[in-house]
Amino acid sequence: MKVYVPGPLRSYTGNSAVVEAEGATLEGLLEALDRTCPGIRFRMIDEQDGIRPHIRFFVNTEPAPRLDTPLGSGDEVHIICALSGG
Amino acid sequence: MLPTLLIGTRKGAFQLQADAARETWAIHGPAMLGNIINHVVQDPRDRRTVLMAAKTGHLGPTVFRSSDCGRTWKEAARPPAFPKASDGETAEVVDHVFSLAPGHASEPGVWYAGTSPQALFRSEDGGDTWESLAGFNNHPQRRAWIGDPADAPPDGARLHSILIDPRDPAHMYIGMSLGGVFESTTTGADWMPLNRGCAADYIPTPEPEYGHDPHCVRLHPRQPDRLYQQNHCGIYRMDRADGKWVRIGDNMPREVGDIGFPMVVHPRDPETAWVFPMDGTTVWPRTSPDGKPAVYATRDGGSSWRRQDRGLPPEQGWFTVFRQAMTADSADPAGLYFGTTGGDVWASRDEGENWTCAARYLPRILSIEVAEFD
Repeated sequence: MKVYVPGPLRSYTGNSAVVEAEGATLEGLLEALDRTCPGIRFRMIDEQDGIRPHIRFFVNTEPAPRLDTPLGSGDEVHIICALSGG
Repeated sequence: MLPTLLIGTRKGAFQLQADAARETWAIHGPAMLGNIINHVVQDPRDRRTVLMAAKTGHLGPTVFRSSDCGRTWKEAARPPAFPKASDGETAEVVDHVFSLAPGHASEPGVWYAGTSPQALFRSEDGGDTWESLAGFNNHPQRRAWIGDPADAPPDGARLHSILIDPRDPAHMYIGMSLGGVFESTTTGADWMPLNRGCAADYIPTPEPEYGHDPHCVRLHPRQPDRLYQQNHCGIYRMDRADGKWVRIGDNMPREVGDIGFPMVVHPRDPETAWVFPMDGTTVWPRTSPDGKPAVYATRDGGSSWRRQDRGLPPEQGWFTVFRQAMTADSADPAGLYFGTTGGDVWASRDEGENWTCAARYLPRILSIEVAEFD
Protein backbone atom coordinates (compact mmCIF):
# COMPACT_ATOMS: atom_id res chain seq x y z
CA MET A 1 0.00 0.00 0.00
CA LYS A 2 1.01 3.61 -0.46
CA VAL A 3 2.59 5.49 2.44
CA TYR A 4 2.78 9.28 2.15
CA VAL A 5 5.94 10.59 3.84
CA PRO A 6 6.31 14.20 5.06
CA GLY A 7 9.35 16.33 4.28
CA PRO A 8 11.19 15.89 7.61
CA LEU A 9 11.28 12.10 7.10
CA ARG A 10 12.25 11.96 3.45
CA SER A 11 15.96 11.70 4.27
CA TYR A 12 15.03 8.10 5.13
CA THR A 13 13.17 7.39 1.87
CA GLY A 14 15.71 8.66 -0.64
CA ASN A 15 13.66 11.86 -0.83
CA SER A 16 10.55 9.99 -1.98
CA ALA A 17 7.22 11.48 -0.89
CA VAL A 18 5.40 8.20 -1.46
CA VAL A 19 6.74 4.72 -0.72
CA GLU A 20 5.26 1.23 -0.78
CA ALA A 21 5.05 -0.91 2.37
CA GLU A 22 2.79 -3.67 3.69
CA GLY A 23 1.33 -4.50 7.08
CA ALA A 24 -1.84 -5.88 8.65
CA THR A 25 -1.74 -3.08 11.24
CA LEU A 26 -0.17 0.34 11.45
CA GLU A 27 2.52 -1.18 13.72
CA GLY A 28 3.26 -3.90 11.15
CA LEU A 29 3.47 -1.31 8.41
CA LEU A 30 5.92 0.83 10.39
CA GLU A 31 8.11 -2.20 11.13
CA ALA A 32 8.14 -3.07 7.43
CA LEU A 33 8.95 0.54 6.61
CA ASP A 34 11.84 0.51 9.09
CA ARG A 35 13.33 -2.52 7.38
CA THR A 36 13.57 -0.66 4.08
CA CYS A 37 14.24 2.76 5.63
CA PRO A 38 16.32 2.00 8.75
CA GLY A 39 15.81 4.42 11.62
CA ILE A 40 12.58 6.00 10.39
CA ARG A 41 10.34 4.32 12.98
CA PHE A 42 12.21 5.64 16.02
CA ARG A 43 11.86 9.20 14.80
CA MET A 44 8.04 8.73 14.91
CA ILE A 45 7.54 6.14 17.67
CA ASP A 46 9.32 6.30 21.02
CA GLU A 47 10.92 3.42 22.89
CA GLN A 48 7.70 2.75 24.83
CA ASP A 49 5.77 2.41 21.55
CA GLY A 50 4.12 5.79 21.95
CA ILE A 51 3.45 7.97 18.93
CA ARG A 52 5.65 11.05 19.34
CA PRO A 53 3.81 14.28 20.21
CA HIS A 54 4.07 15.98 16.82
CA ILE A 55 3.35 12.93 14.68
CA ARG A 56 -0.10 11.88 13.42
CA PHE A 57 -1.18 8.96 11.23
CA PHE A 58 -4.20 8.87 8.96
CA VAL A 59 -5.54 5.78 7.21
CA ASN A 60 -7.13 7.14 4.07
CA THR A 61 -8.99 10.15 5.51
CA GLU A 62 -9.47 8.92 9.09
CA PRO A 63 -7.13 9.62 12.03
CA ALA A 64 -5.33 6.50 13.32
CA PRO A 65 -4.18 7.30 16.86
CA ARG A 66 -3.33 3.67 17.77
CA LEU A 67 -0.59 1.42 16.42
CA ASP A 68 -2.97 -1.57 16.37
CA THR A 69 -5.20 0.15 13.81
CA PRO A 70 -5.97 -2.56 11.19
CA LEU A 71 -5.02 -1.97 7.58
CA GLY A 72 -6.49 -3.38 4.38
CA SER A 73 -4.76 -3.93 1.08
CA GLY A 74 -6.36 -0.94 -0.60
CA ASP A 75 -5.63 1.53 2.18
CA GLU A 76 -3.32 4.52 1.99
CA VAL A 77 -1.40 5.69 5.04
CA HIS A 78 -0.51 9.34 5.55
CA ILE A 79 2.21 10.37 8.02
CA ILE A 80 1.69 13.93 9.20
CA CYS A 81 4.17 16.17 11.03
CA ALA A 82 2.59 18.96 13.05
CA LEU A 83 3.10 22.44 11.65
CA SER A 84 4.77 24.11 14.60
CA GLY A 85 8.05 25.50 15.79
CA GLY A 86 10.20 28.49 15.01
CA MET B 1 47.81 21.34 15.12
CA LEU B 2 45.16 23.82 14.01
CA PRO B 3 41.96 23.90 16.02
CA THR B 4 38.57 23.46 14.42
CA LEU B 5 35.52 24.59 16.34
CA LEU B 6 32.57 22.18 16.23
CA ILE B 7 29.48 24.31 16.72
CA GLY B 8 26.02 22.99 17.55
CA THR B 9 23.16 25.41 16.97
CA ARG B 10 19.38 25.52 17.11
CA LYS B 11 19.32 25.06 13.33
CA GLY B 12 22.24 22.83 12.40
CA ALA B 13 25.97 22.27 12.88
CA PHE B 14 28.87 24.38 11.65
CA GLN B 15 32.65 24.15 11.70
CA LEU B 16 35.08 27.04 12.04
CA GLN B 17 38.58 26.25 10.89
CA ALA B 18 41.49 28.35 12.13
CA ASP B 19 44.50 29.56 10.19
CA ALA B 20 47.96 28.94 11.64
CA ALA B 21 47.84 32.10 13.76
CA ARG B 22 44.26 31.45 14.94
CA GLU B 23 43.47 34.93 13.57
CA THR B 24 41.04 34.17 10.77
CA TRP B 25 38.40 31.49 10.65
CA ALA B 26 36.84 29.72 7.67
CA ILE B 27 33.26 28.63 8.17
CA HIS B 28 31.88 25.35 6.83
CA GLY B 29 28.29 24.17 6.98
CA PRO B 30 25.59 23.93 7.92
CA ALA B 31 25.29 20.21 8.37
CA MET B 32 21.85 18.86 9.29
CA LEU B 33 20.23 22.22 8.60
CA GLY B 34 17.08 22.66 10.66
CA ASN B 35 17.98 20.08 13.28
CA ILE B 36 18.54 21.08 16.90
CA ILE B 37 22.19 20.14 17.43
CA ASN B 38 22.91 20.01 21.14
CA HIS B 39 26.50 18.80 20.97
CA VAL B 40 29.18 17.91 18.43
CA VAL B 41 32.28 16.14 19.75
CA GLN B 42 35.45 14.74 18.18
CA ASP B 43 36.87 11.39 19.25
CA PRO B 44 40.36 12.33 20.49
CA ARG B 45 41.44 8.69 20.23
CA ASP B 46 41.27 8.47 16.43
CA ARG B 47 40.89 12.19 15.54
CA ARG B 48 38.53 11.30 12.67
CA THR B 49 35.28 10.25 14.30
CA VAL B 50 32.80 12.97 15.26
CA LEU B 51 29.46 12.42 16.99
CA MET B 52 26.50 14.78 16.89
CA ALA B 53 23.43 14.83 19.18
CA ALA B 54 20.42 15.85 17.09
CA LYS B 55 16.70 16.33 17.22
CA THR B 56 14.14 18.23 15.22
CA GLY B 57 11.05 19.85 16.60
CA HIS B 58 8.88 17.06 15.22
CA LEU B 59 10.97 13.92 15.29
CA GLY B 60 12.55 11.82 17.99
CA PRO B 61 16.14 12.22 19.20
CA THR B 62 19.09 10.64 17.49
CA VAL B 63 22.86 10.61 17.12
CA PHE B 64 24.73 11.09 13.87
CA ARG B 65 28.25 9.79 13.29
CA SER B 66 30.99 10.91 10.97
CA SER B 67 34.15 8.93 10.31
CA ASP B 68 35.68 11.57 8.05
CA CYS B 69 36.07 14.58 10.35
CA GLY B 70 32.50 15.79 9.86
CA ARG B 71 32.35 15.80 6.05
CA THR B 72 29.66 13.09 5.82
CA TRP B 73 27.21 11.78 8.43
CA LYS B 74 25.38 8.53 9.11
CA GLU B 75 22.69 7.99 11.72
CA ALA B 76 23.37 5.66 14.65
CA ALA B 77 21.78 2.24 14.11
CA ARG B 78 20.37 2.30 17.65
CA PRO B 79 20.25 5.77 19.26
CA PRO B 80 20.06 6.20 23.05
CA ALA B 81 16.68 4.93 24.32
CA PHE B 82 15.33 3.47 27.54
CA PRO B 83 14.43 -0.23 27.60
CA LYS B 84 10.77 -1.03 27.02
CA ALA B 85 9.01 -0.81 30.39
CA SER B 86 7.37 -3.89 31.83
CA ASP B 87 3.91 -3.74 33.34
CA GLY B 88 4.00 -1.64 36.50
CA GLU B 89 7.32 0.02 35.62
CA THR B 90 7.56 3.72 34.86
CA ALA B 91 7.83 4.12 31.12
CA GLU B 92 10.56 6.64 30.34
CA VAL B 93 11.27 8.23 26.97
CA VAL B 94 14.44 10.05 25.91
CA ASP B 95 13.37 13.53 24.87
CA HIS B 96 16.78 14.58 23.62
CA VAL B 97 20.43 13.65 23.79
CA PHE B 98 22.13 16.65 25.33
CA SER B 99 25.75 15.76 25.92
CA LEU B 100 28.29 13.38 24.38
CA ALA B 101 31.58 12.28 25.93
CA PRO B 102 34.28 9.98 24.58
CA GLY B 103 35.29 7.22 26.99
CA HIS B 104 38.73 6.65 28.47
CA ALA B 105 41.80 6.65 26.22
CA SER B 106 42.26 2.93 26.94
CA GLU B 107 38.73 2.12 25.72
CA PRO B 108 38.55 2.98 22.02
CA GLY B 109 34.99 3.01 20.74
CA VAL B 110 33.45 3.70 24.15
CA TRP B 111 31.23 6.79 24.37
CA TYR B 112 28.77 8.11 26.92
CA ALA B 113 25.65 10.18 26.29
CA GLY B 114 23.67 12.26 28.76
CA THR B 115 20.02 12.90 28.06
CA SER B 116 16.85 14.66 29.10
CA PRO B 117 15.33 13.34 31.29
CA GLN B 118 18.52 12.80 33.27
CA ALA B 119 19.92 9.45 32.22
CA LEU B 120 23.18 7.95 31.04
CA PHE B 121 23.81 5.78 27.99
CA ARG B 122 26.92 3.96 26.80
CA SER B 123 28.17 2.85 23.40
CA GLU B 124 31.00 0.41 22.82
CA ASP B 125 31.08 0.65 19.04
CA GLY B 126 31.94 4.27 18.41
CA GLY B 127 28.42 5.57 18.90
CA ASP B 128 26.58 3.31 16.44
CA THR B 129 24.53 1.44 19.05
CA TRP B 130 23.70 2.61 22.58
CA GLU B 131 22.63 0.84 25.75
CA SER B 132 21.00 2.23 28.86
CA LEU B 133 23.60 2.36 31.65
CA ALA B 134 21.58 0.40 34.15
CA GLY B 135 23.85 1.17 37.10
CA PHE B 136 22.61 4.74 36.95
CA ASN B 137 19.31 4.62 35.06
CA ASN B 138 17.95 1.78 37.22
CA HIS B 139 19.57 2.91 40.46
CA PRO B 140 17.00 2.66 43.27
CA GLN B 141 17.73 6.26 44.28
CA ARG B 142 17.72 7.80 40.79
CA ARG B 143 14.08 8.90 40.94
CA ALA B 144 14.79 10.83 44.11
CA TRP B 145 18.04 12.24 42.73
CA ILE B 146 16.58 13.62 39.49
CA GLY B 147 13.39 15.03 41.01
CA ASP B 148 9.90 15.30 39.64
CA PRO B 149 9.77 15.78 35.84
CA ALA B 150 7.00 18.31 36.48
CA ASP B 151 9.60 20.54 38.15
CA ALA B 152 11.95 20.45 35.17
CA PRO B 153 12.80 23.67 33.29
CA PRO B 154 10.96 24.34 30.00
CA ASP B 155 13.63 22.68 27.85
CA GLY B 156 13.85 19.69 30.17
CA ALA B 157 16.18 18.61 32.96
CA ARG B 158 19.47 17.26 31.70
CA LEU B 159 22.44 15.10 32.46
CA HIS B 160 25.04 17.45 30.99
CA SER B 161 28.53 16.80 32.38
CA ILE B 162 30.20 13.41 31.94
CA LEU B 163 33.78 13.33 33.22
CA ILE B 164 36.14 10.36 32.99
CA ASP B 165 39.21 10.24 35.22
CA PRO B 166 42.16 10.03 32.80
CA ARG B 167 43.94 7.74 35.31
CA ASP B 168 41.10 5.23 35.68
CA PRO B 169 38.25 4.41 33.26
CA ALA B 170 36.13 3.12 36.13
CA HIS B 171 36.18 6.51 37.90
CA MET B 172 33.53 8.90 36.58
CA TYR B 173 31.60 11.99 37.58
CA ILE B 174 28.31 13.25 36.19
CA GLY B 175 26.51 16.55 36.63
CA MET B 176 22.75 16.89 36.38
CA SER B 177 20.62 19.98 36.22
CA LEU B 178 18.59 19.16 38.22
CA GLY B 179 20.07 16.58 40.60
CA GLY B 180 23.65 17.48 41.46
CA VAL B 181 27.09 15.96 41.00
CA PHE B 182 27.52 12.19 41.38
CA GLU B 183 30.57 9.95 41.39
CA SER B 184 31.15 6.34 40.38
CA THR B 185 34.27 4.25 40.90
CA THR B 186 32.74 1.19 39.23
CA THR B 187 32.36 2.23 35.57
CA GLY B 188 28.88 3.45 36.37
CA ALA B 189 27.66 0.34 38.21
CA ASP B 190 26.99 2.39 41.34
CA TRP B 191 26.86 6.10 42.18
CA MET B 192 27.15 8.38 45.19
CA PRO B 193 26.12 12.04 45.54
CA LEU B 194 29.04 14.48 45.71
CA ASN B 195 27.45 17.77 46.70
CA ARG B 196 28.75 18.56 50.18
CA GLY B 197 29.48 22.25 50.58
CA CYS B 198 27.41 23.25 47.55
CA ALA B 199 24.44 25.55 48.08
CA ALA B 200 20.92 24.72 46.93
CA ASP B 201 19.16 27.91 48.01
CA TYR B 202 15.81 26.86 46.55
CA ILE B 203 15.55 23.78 48.82
CA PRO B 204 14.42 24.49 52.38
CA THR B 205 16.42 21.51 53.71
CA PRO B 206 19.79 22.65 55.06
CA GLU B 207 22.69 20.99 53.24
CA PRO B 208 20.70 18.49 51.17
CA GLU B 209 22.57 15.44 49.90
CA TYR B 210 21.22 15.89 46.35
CA GLY B 211 18.83 18.07 44.38
CA HIS B 212 21.53 20.61 43.49
CA ASP B 213 21.76 22.41 40.19
CA PRO B 214 25.23 22.27 38.66
CA HIS B 215 25.18 24.05 35.31
CA CYS B 216 28.58 22.82 34.16
CA VAL B 217 31.18 20.61 35.87
CA ARG B 218 34.80 20.28 34.71
CA LEU B 219 37.72 18.10 35.75
CA HIS B 220 41.27 19.25 35.19
CA PRO B 221 42.98 16.88 32.72
CA ARG B 222 46.44 17.20 34.33
CA GLN B 223 45.23 17.16 37.92
CA PRO B 224 42.08 15.00 37.84
CA ASP B 225 41.37 15.42 41.54
CA ARG B 226 40.70 19.12 40.90
CA LEU B 227 37.06 19.77 39.95
CA TYR B 228 35.33 23.04 39.14
CA GLN B 229 31.66 23.74 38.70
CA GLN B 230 29.48 26.64 37.71
CA ASN B 231 26.29 26.06 39.65
CA HIS B 232 22.89 27.72 39.76
CA CYS B 233 24.03 28.83 43.22
CA GLY B 234 27.57 29.99 42.56
CA ILE B 235 31.03 28.93 41.39
CA TYR B 236 32.80 26.09 43.22
CA ARG B 237 36.08 24.17 43.34
CA MET B 238 36.68 20.79 44.89
CA ASP B 239 39.93 19.01 45.60
CA ARG B 240 38.61 15.48 45.73
CA ALA B 241 40.51 14.45 48.87
CA ASP B 242 38.65 17.23 50.74
CA GLY B 243 35.29 15.88 49.53
CA LYS B 244 33.74 19.33 49.86
CA TRP B 245 32.91 22.08 47.38
CA VAL B 246 34.34 25.51 48.19
CA ARG B 247 32.44 28.53 46.91
CA ILE B 248 35.18 30.38 45.02
CA GLY B 249 32.50 32.56 43.46
CA ASP B 250 32.42 34.50 46.72
CA ASN B 251 35.61 36.13 45.44
CA MET B 252 33.89 37.50 42.33
CA PRO B 253 33.00 41.22 42.26
CA ARG B 254 29.75 41.57 44.17
CA GLU B 255 28.11 43.68 41.43
CA VAL B 256 28.75 40.89 38.89
CA GLY B 257 27.91 37.93 41.09
CA ASP B 258 28.84 34.30 40.49
CA ILE B 259 25.94 33.00 38.44
CA GLY B 260 26.44 31.67 34.91
CA PHE B 261 26.21 28.60 32.72
CA PRO B 262 29.68 27.58 31.44
CA MET B 263 32.93 26.75 33.22
CA VAL B 264 36.23 26.23 31.40
CA VAL B 265 39.53 24.88 32.72
CA HIS B 266 43.00 25.62 31.38
CA PRO B 267 44.54 22.78 29.33
CA ARG B 268 47.66 22.65 31.56
CA ASP B 269 47.34 24.86 34.65
CA PRO B 270 44.88 23.53 37.26
CA GLU B 271 44.80 26.91 39.00
CA THR B 272 43.38 28.67 35.92
CA ALA B 273 39.71 28.62 34.97
CA TRP B 274 37.20 30.88 33.24
CA VAL B 275 33.51 31.66 33.67
CA PHE B 276 31.02 33.82 31.80
CA PRO B 277 28.81 35.51 34.40
CA MET B 278 25.15 36.24 33.77
CA ASP B 279 22.49 38.16 35.62
CA GLY B 280 20.98 35.85 38.23
CA THR B 281 19.13 38.53 40.15
CA THR B 282 15.39 39.25 40.45
CA VAL B 283 13.65 37.19 37.74
CA TRP B 284 16.93 35.78 36.40
CA PRO B 285 17.37 37.60 33.07
CA ARG B 286 20.32 35.27 32.31
CA THR B 287 21.99 37.96 30.18
CA SER B 288 25.39 39.58 30.72
CA PRO B 289 25.15 41.68 33.90
CA ASP B 290 24.18 45.26 32.99
CA GLY B 291 24.45 44.36 29.29
CA LYS B 292 28.27 44.41 29.51
CA PRO B 293 29.55 40.96 28.56
CA ALA B 294 32.81 39.77 30.06
CA VAL B 295 34.77 36.64 30.81
CA TYR B 296 36.24 36.31 34.29
CA ALA B 297 39.48 34.41 34.81
CA THR B 298 41.11 33.04 37.90
CA ARG B 299 44.82 32.15 38.01
CA ASP B 300 44.86 31.02 41.62
CA GLY B 301 42.17 28.38 41.89
CA GLY B 302 39.41 30.90 42.52
CA SER B 303 40.99 33.05 45.24
CA SER B 304 40.76 36.02 42.90
CA TRP B 305 39.13 36.82 39.56
CA ARG B 306 40.01 39.26 36.80
CA ARG B 307 37.65 40.74 34.20
CA GLN B 308 38.53 40.06 30.54
CA ASP B 309 36.41 42.11 28.15
CA ARG B 310 38.83 43.72 25.69
CA GLY B 311 37.18 43.52 22.26
CA LEU B 312 33.77 42.47 23.54
CA PRO B 313 30.80 44.86 23.23
CA PRO B 314 31.33 47.55 25.91
CA GLU B 315 27.59 47.97 26.46
CA GLN B 316 24.16 46.87 25.18
CA GLY B 317 25.37 43.28 24.81
CA TRP B 318 22.48 41.22 26.11
CA PHE B 319 23.34 37.73 24.99
CA THR B 320 23.68 34.54 26.99
CA VAL B 321 26.36 31.87 26.74
CA PHE B 322 24.97 28.39 27.33
CA ARG B 323 26.67 25.71 29.44
CA GLN B 324 28.19 23.78 26.51
CA ALA B 325 29.02 26.88 24.46
CA MET B 326 32.41 27.85 25.92
CA THR B 327 35.69 25.97 25.68
CA ALA B 328 39.47 26.17 25.34
CA ASP B 329 41.97 24.65 22.93
CA SER B 330 45.26 23.02 23.92
CA ALA B 331 47.64 25.56 22.33
CA ASP B 332 50.12 27.69 24.25
CA PRO B 333 48.86 30.26 24.98
CA ALA B 334 45.47 28.59 25.11
CA GLY B 335 42.72 29.76 22.79
CA LEU B 336 39.38 30.47 24.40
CA TYR B 337 36.06 30.41 22.57
CA PHE B 338 32.40 31.05 23.28
CA GLY B 339 29.20 31.16 21.26
CA THR B 340 26.18 33.30 22.05
CA THR B 341 22.44 33.02 21.93
CA GLY B 342 22.65 35.74 19.23
CA GLY B 343 24.67 33.43 16.98
CA ASP B 344 28.12 35.03 17.32
CA VAL B 345 31.33 33.13 17.98
CA TRP B 346 33.99 35.00 19.96
CA ALA B 347 37.62 33.88 20.02
CA SER B 348 40.68 34.76 22.05
CA ARG B 349 44.13 33.42 21.19
CA ASP B 350 45.75 34.78 24.33
CA GLU B 351 43.81 33.13 27.15
CA GLY B 352 41.04 35.72 27.24
CA GLU B 353 43.09 38.94 27.16
CA ASN B 354 41.76 40.03 23.74
CA TRP B 355 38.62 38.97 21.94
CA THR B 356 37.58 39.05 18.28
CA CYS B 357 34.37 37.90 16.65
CA ALA B 358 35.14 34.81 14.57
CA ALA B 359 31.63 34.35 13.10
CA ARG B 360 28.36 36.27 13.15
CA TYR B 361 24.74 35.59 12.30
CA LEU B 362 24.67 31.89 13.06
CA PRO B 363 21.55 30.44 14.68
CA ARG B 364 21.39 30.36 18.49
CA ILE B 365 24.54 28.57 19.62
CA LEU B 366 24.07 25.59 21.92
CA SER B 367 27.59 24.17 22.06
CA ILE B 368 31.20 24.67 21.00
CA GLU B 369 33.93 22.07 21.21
CA VAL B 370 37.48 22.13 19.88
CA ALA B 371 38.61 19.43 17.48
CA GLU B 372 42.15 18.83 16.28
CA PHE B 373 42.03 16.89 13.02
CA ASP B 374 45.13 15.29 11.48
